[in-house]
Amino acid sequence: MIPDPSTGGTQIVPPVGVSYRAPRKKGRNIGDVLFKNSTLLFAGIVFSLVFLMTWEMYSGSRLSIEKFGWNFLASSTWDPVQDQYGSLPFIFGTVVTSLVGLAIALPLSLGVAIFLSEIAPRWLAQPFSFLVELLAAIPSIVYGMWGVFVLVPWMRLHGQPFLSKTLGFLPLFKGVPYGFGMLTASVILAIMILPIITAITRDVLQSIPNLQREAALAIGATKWETTKIILANARSGIVGATLLGLGRAIGETMAVTMVIGNRPEISASLFNPAYSMASVIANEFTEATSDLYISSLIEIALLLFGVTILLNILARLIVWSVSKKFRTA
Amino acid sequence: MARQKFIWRKSKNIIMTTLCFVSVLIAVAPLFLICFYTLKQGISAINLDFFIRMPKPVGETGGGMANAIVGTGILLGLGCLFGLPVGILSGIYLAEYGENPFGHSVRFLTDVLSGIPSIVVGVVAYVIVVLPMKHFSALAGGVALGILMIPTVTRTTEEMIRLVTQSYREAALALGIPQWKTTLRIILPTALKGITTGILLSIARAAGETAPLLFTALGNRFWSTSIMQPIGSLTVFIYDYTKAPFDDWNRQAWAAAFILISLIIILSIIFRFVTRNRTA
Repeated sequence: MIPDPSTGGTQIVPPVGVSYRAPRKKGRNIGDVLFKNSTLLFAGIVFSLVFLMTWEMYSGSRLSIEKFGWNFLASSTWDPVQDQYGSLPFIFGTVVTSLVGLAIALPLSLGVAIFLSEIAPRWLAQPFSFLVELLAAIPSIVYGMWGVFVLVPWMRLHGQPFLSKTLGFLPLFKGVPYGFGMLTASVILAIMILPIITAITRDVLQSIPNLQREAALAIGATKWETTKIILANARSGIVGATLLGLGRAIGETMAVTMVIGNRPEISASLFNPAYSMASVIANEFTEATSDLYISSLIEIALLLFGVTILLNILARLIVWSVSKKFRTA
Repeated sequence: MARQKFIWRKSKNIIMTTLCFVSVLIAVAPLFLICFYTLKQGISAINLDFFIRMPKPVGETGGGMANAIVGTGILLGLGCLFGLPVGILSGIYLAEYGENPFGHSVRFLTDVLSGIPSIVVGVVAYVIVVLPMKHFSALAGGVALGILMIPTVTRTTEEMIRLVTQSYREAALALGIPQWKTTLRIILPTALKGITTGILLSIARAAGETAPLLFTALGNRFWSTSIMQPIGSLTVFIYDYTKAPFDDWNRQAWAAAFILISLIIILSIIFRFVTRNRTA
């Protein structure tokens, strides 16, 4: 460092052999500044969107939040005539169908992800990956239609009678097989969330270094024993994928609305019709007459939003930390 | 003893491999079932009337969904108007300048945003647009679709720009071209094919959205092109016609579903091919 007489400060002397040019503050291209800042502005819009959404829904539901408080979550009265609202039956329906759907989808997704990442050769894995991705591209409404016209009749005539014959001693599978109900909704949900769990699990498995596989195979492990080691490494990534799938299931609207039966009841049997949080918003929003009614529906949306956002943040952080760990390793 | 154990391990290996393959078959079976069924019902239901006629009153057979097709088009146009500028420009920001804490958090929030249920986005559009205007409108539906499109458009734009070889950028900068011109004239045109198909795919997916339209665009059985009035859309028609107890309405619902599904599948396949050529 030598003193710079013109500014009174110090001037940085470049090391020998490295060309050096002082940063041109004034001469910086005006286009660059404009372009960077305008893209920055739009990135800022994306950034603020989540907060804007939270605020708008909070202000929309304030009426109901102030009137019912926490009781909104615990009460099962949903009575537009008396203007009394409690969301327990909807929460019940959403939680049960999502968890049952997850229980069906998880083992299948793991199987598919293992097949795509560990077992299948590239030429076979690629088309199958694409097919699974296509499953995610089918619109929810088409799933719902297929559910109404194909799955519901099948469940009523074959699926549910079979279950009540074989597992009918469980309270889960008792009752009249209507076809419409929580079980059918869960099956549809399972089909719909399978792609996302599979895709993320597959990515996590693929991010694990081949060294692990080679080491296991070298000491004589079979393919399956190797896979078990890989799975143990990918455990937290799989948890993340599961949480993402759960978030999808909780927010799924059209397909569930069309097959769940839409009756705000809490019952033990999966054959019975129920109602979900997303379905009640879809069905009753346009019919809601009083301000409190609308406000209660917006509060349910806010609940859905909060839960899915938390699940997503948690899941993304887990998946991100796992893949980062192996990328740097 | 050792031999027995070996056989047991071997057979366990075979059993688990088979189970994995079986789960693949179970997983893709619904895809084929749904596509097959939609194809079967849709092909026989589709005719010229479907595209050029208006819905008939309850009880009369025939008619079509001309207004819903136009309505879906208008809603998508509005969605693009709101969603594409935000999506594309923030995608450019993330790819070109996004390696800082702000960029990382935007990236994170787009991922989170893509996991938000579409019905919630509909409720937000309702609060922002319908409540102040006091009536349902195509505009509100467009806002909802626009918000839904943002995450995919942003991430596709970013990823497609990142796929462009670094040497292009270096060559342009070495010639003394300013960075913004490099991005606009060299990088974007190179990535254009991927970005366009990615955007088309996200538009096709938005065309399949129903939940956010139910109480924003509402639906309309009559001809309307005004963005301030409720407007019909294919998906809301599918929903109404599926619930209706008329065979002819159910038939038309299948026709609409068939159009949607073919649109999405064809675009997905094109997108797949475009991106594969690029990465290879």
